[in-house]
Amino acid sequence: MLLHQRARIGVLSAPAGSAPDARASAWFLAALALVAVLVPILNLAVPPSSSFHISAYALTLIGKYMCYAMLAMAVDLIWGYCGILSLGHAAFFSLGGYAMGMYLMRQIGPRGVYGDPILPDFMVFLNWKSLPWFWHGFNHFLFALPMMIIVPALLAWVFGWFAFRSRVTGVYFSIITQALSYALMLAFFRNDTGFGGNNGFTDFKDILGFDLHSDRTRVVLLVVTIVALAASYLACRTIVSSRAGRVLHAIRDAESRTRFLGYSVESFKLWVFVFSAIIAGVAGALYVPQIGIINPSEFAPINSIEVVIWVAVGGRGTLFGAALGAVLVNYAKTYFTAALPEVWLYALGAMFVLVTLFLPRGIIGLLPTRNRDKS
Amino acid sequence: MTIRDKVLYLEKVTVSFDGFKALNELSLYVDPGELLCIIGPNGAGKTTMMDVITGKTRPDSGSVWFGRNIDLLQLSEPEIARSGIGRKFQKPTVFEQLTVFENLELALAGDRSFVRTFLARMTSKQHERVDEVLEITGLKDLRSAYGRILSHGQKQWLEIGMLLMQEPELLLVDEPVAGMTPQEIERTEQLLQSLAGEHSVVVVEHDMEFVRSIARRVTVLHEGRVIAEGDMSHVQNDPKVIEVYLGV
Repeated sequence: MLLHQRARIGVLSAPAGSAPDARASAWFLAALALVAVLVPILNLAVPPSSSFHISAYALTLIGKYMCYAMLAMAVDLIWGYCGILSLGHAAFFSLGGYAMGMYLMRQIGPRGVYGDPILPDFMVFLNWKSLPWFWHGFNHFLFALPMMIIVPALLAWVFGWFAFRSRVTGVYFSIITQALSYALMLAFFRNDTGFGGNNGFTDFKDILGFDLHSDRTRVVLLVVTIVALAASYLACRTIVSSRAGRVLHAIRDAESRTRFLGYSVESFKLWVFVFSAIIAGVAGALYVPQIGIINPSEFAPINSIEVVIWVAVGGRGTLFGAALGAVLVNYAKTYFTAALPEVWLYALGAMFVLVTLFLPRGIIGLLPTRNRDKS
Repeated sequence: MTIRDKVLYLEKVTVSFDGFKALNELSLYVDPGELLCIIGPNGAGKTTMMDVITGKTRPDSGSVWFGRNIDLLQLSEPEIARSGIGRKFQKPTVFEQLTVFENLELALAGDRSFVRTFLARMTSKQHERVDEVLEITGLKDLRSAYGRILSHGQKQWLEIGMLLMQEPELLLVDEPVAGMTPQEIERTEQLLQSLAGEHSVVVVEHDMEFVRSIARRVTVLHEGRVIAEGDMSHVQNDPKVIEVYLGV
């Protein structure tokens, strides 16, 4: 009842064009809260013998889905609301992940295979004598943390500044984002780049002094991820329901008209693109300690394309739809790649085609909505 | 009046597309508060002229001044819009996925930076202004209707409403009555008349009847240059104009 009332108020006070479906929004946050409370209990308090127990494997899997949901939301913010189709968001995700990975590598200290107190194993293996300059400081979490945000944001800013200023739009923009991600992948594959080459980083021990292999740490990481997802959702929601959000809509629908109203289209795109890259970077940073590995294949162009499929399947331009799509598609992926590995890619392709043909508004579009065309 | 007192001053503006001169050393001016009509056959360069003024097209040569000291050729489209030039397009372009109210809200004069726009809240005064414009444009009942469901005439009106919200010093209005019913044309006429004085208005129009009823001064373009200028009766009797445009 209360929820119902709040939804009504939300609809009345929200501007109609970008009206967030307040009820769906509340449901989404409630579902996140439920996962954040229930999963830790089922993992920590319920004995492993019980059929309600959630294993460490499942815990990590849920954590992974939540990170992907954040990534999908980041893509939806710019694609669904501003019409910028980025096919390179895996790059920002990976950079956030690598920043976290560097911190985790430095935490290993002398516990590595080669026992070098300073140099990570791969550097010893490559016969490096000292730490490259860009590795300094990453042993401090308070340095690594801002880097997880600054590095993706900086790349997005520089890239976006050139692309938007040159008025690169549509499919051309998508293609250069693919190229960006691909170029980074090639660079990170090289041993000389200084990020562990094709092996990337793994064998992490602990984070902030807590053992990464203990269930408790995993549970905390999951809860932190869910909180970050909810915070990203609220931040994105605030942006899209502000006047700036309506300018984004305007840009999506009639870019040049928006210019003649006096809005600097480039600057709006740049702000939202950088913000989206930050969300993607944080998602990547949370992904790495839970999964336990980061390597250059995370930059692979196909990864960025998959994110777009998640968003399309869930329903773009809704934010929670993107999160839902990410969880559902990845759940299907987990299932298929175990049960029928050879059909997964076909299933993914079929899903995309079917959604495009029959569900242009994604799964969210199946939900009953109010008639929004008031006249 | 000297050149210094003009709101808009174009001098020897030339624009060519692949050798074709859309504007050929075009010079014209707009006085403060006047309502100037620009007519001319298709391809005379009317829309290109609008594009040059609003920064969409850069001329090969010539200069364009807005007021005393704003060199429009140095500014980008949004900067020109912010400096006080509003434009209504030939094909009405409103934001289809936004409501009438939101369309007007975005046009509202004010800081256009991302941060300020993000933080912007409508003041009661601004709400009143929106209501006022909804009243003037007759879109009051369509306040929360989406742009996409408006009729052609309503879109034209909404676009004029958006111009009003911008409070520009100079309004460029491209074919305001195309596709309108006689009653709508009459109302548009009154509206444009009432705007002149406080604002300077430049109207590009094909509808001769409409031009005759609103224009105090008419400029005739042909092949990218001005061939006649003056009040309607003067222009109508100009043999060059009769030859290229009026024909009948």
